[in-house]
Amino acid sequence: MSAAGGTAGREAQPASTRDSYYGQPVIKQPVWHPEIPWYFFAGGLAGASATLALACERSHPELARRAWWTALAGVSVSPPLLISDLGRPSRFLNMLRMFKITSPMSVGSWVLAGSGTSTGVVCLHLLTGRGPRAARLAKPVAALLGLPLATYTGALIAQTAVPAWHEARRELPALFAAGAAVSAGAAATALAPAQDAEPARRLALIGAIAELGLVAAMEHRLDELGEVYHEGSAGAYGRLARGLTAGGAIILAGPGRRRRAAAVAGSAALLAGAVCERWSVFKAGFQSASDPKYTVASQRRRVRGGRGHGASRRAVGAAQ
Amino acid sequence: MKLQTHAWPSTYDGEAQPRKGFFTDTSVCIGCKACEVACKEWNRVPESPQGFTGHSYDNTIDLGANTWRHVAFVEQRKEVDLESAGGELVQYASLEQLMGQSGLDTYQDGDGVRWLMASDVCKHCTDAACLEVCPTGALFRTEFGTVVVQEDVCNGCGYCVPACPFGVLDQREGDGRVWKCTLCYDRLKDDKEPACAHACPTNSIKFGDLDDLREEAEERLRALSDAGAEKAQLYLHDSGDGVGGAGAFFLLLDEPEVYGLPPDPVDTTRELGSTWAAVGVAAVGLGAAVAASVLGGRR
Repeated sequence: MSAAGGTAGREAQPASTRDSYYGQPVIKQPVWHPEIPWYFFAGGLAGASATLALACERSHPELARRAWWTALAGVSVSPPLLISDLGRPSRFLNMLRMFKITSPMSVGSWVLAGSGTSTGVVCLHLLTGRGPRAARLAKPVAALLGLPLATYTGALIAQTAVPAWHEARRELPALFAAGAAVSAGAAATALAPAQDAEPARRLALIGAIAELGLVAAMEHRLDELGEVYHEGSAGAYGRLARGLTAGGAIILAGPGRRRRAAAVAGSAALLAGAVCERWSVFKAGFQSASDPKYTVASQRRRVRGGRGHGASRRAVGAAQ
Repeated sequence: MKLQTHAWPSTYDGEAQPRKGFFTDTSVCIGCKACEVACKEWNRVPESPQGFTGHSYDNTIDLGANTWRHVAFVEQRKEVDLESAGGELVQYASLEQLMGQSGLDTYQDGDGVRWLMASDVCKHCTDAACLEVCPTGALFRTEFGTVVVQEDVCNGCGYCVPACPFGVLDQREGDGRVWKCTLCYDRLKDDKEPACAHACPTNSIKFGDLDDLREEAEERLRALSDAGAEKAQLYLHDSGDGVGGAGAFFLLLDEPEVYGLPPDPVDTTRELGSTWAAVGVAAVGLGAAVAASVLGGRR
């Protein structure tokens, strides 16, 4: 990006100049704005809430009811968040011009459209009692689409040239799934009466444990490329996320069982932790793209280790 | 599993043209920036005042929405110990021979400084990540096998920006859409060569049918290598590389990263199958976690 100014939100350039062109980044930082990590959170919350709502409908109708409304809230804020991030918001409908399996954003747009519509039908029935047959049909659709809605965002960012995202492609969807479980579980726990909240509480705890484990697994896989998850704002959000998730889980597992105030506090901490984890991943991508050492060093290592794809070729017989 | 868009030449039937491209031979680039100017003028690319960098003669900095050609300037100081001085004499002699053949000077090595210049551009990859991730279909492959953004379709989602392994595309401020080299699609349709190649005074930017250019590049590499340019290398010349070979490829005199190019670029779409599989596993896992949470209490 340009030395003078540049797109707001992009990381400042590092000073490293070895093995690079005056320390210039090799790849471009994303142009996405703060709407995107908030969407990752909202989409995950909505998706997992819809699934939870259908699953507990018979056993815990009060919980299900609240989870449906949470799902509606999540899918309702998502399109405005995404549209306002577009360079040309008036052309948002172009997202549905085609369906492309090679573009996670295209797939995600359709999933969100389907998820939003079906959740809307369910909630319309909850509110007015209208369209019982349509609602019966829409419930499993919303619950099933909720699963890809909560996870495709991992593929979305992994499908880029950003090392800290692309090399974490196996873990990111699962990490986002765990965050979605935490969000949906915590939101429903906070909203439902204590005697109905048990499944939601369990979901939040399962998600919290999975999230903490997956972050560790992802960083182990990324090795040196994972540095960015410990530095700058990605590191700060990451530490905050781990603290809030672990703290919230402990509260929810202990005093949150019986005391409503504790349940609400624990849930709030877990929700905040899920938000921070998305922000950490989002920021890490910017930091990873802004320093050429991550792009060049990992590729150079591949070439030296004989695992390169052969972008460069010298004359036959020339000294290598 | 490889999921990919196959648009050329299959979808064009009889209208498909031979694949066109650039062979940028950086050994004869003199850093005049005529390509940058010609590109700006022909394509009406807005100004890009990026300030004074102090990086040799480069104030363009990089490729982006408003810079579709970028001439890199690298100043390398040669070592002056006895051993390398001996090697330099050999190199000097063979370069003189090369200059005699081509009539062109390639280096300024009088004062121990080597000046590398290279005109960078969109690579028009065979496996183009930007095109694959574009959700609107604004990025498409033309009948010439090149990759072009349709400005009336692009909605500025910005997905192609971090997807490009070369950092070519960027969003234009105040406009919101992404812009990049079109390989002068309008000129190609009119049977004219792209503006940059047309303006290049040393023919460092060669335009033509990709097959012909690839052969020409082989010969040029051999000549330079025989003349002692030991690090001379063809970059993105082979269809077996990480982007399936590029429509715009290069002859470099040093490693790619010296010019700000990635040493082993890969089209991220190659991992798409396993990435979607990871999404599937995560989705099933989430479903299982929900089921376990609900059923776990029924004892």
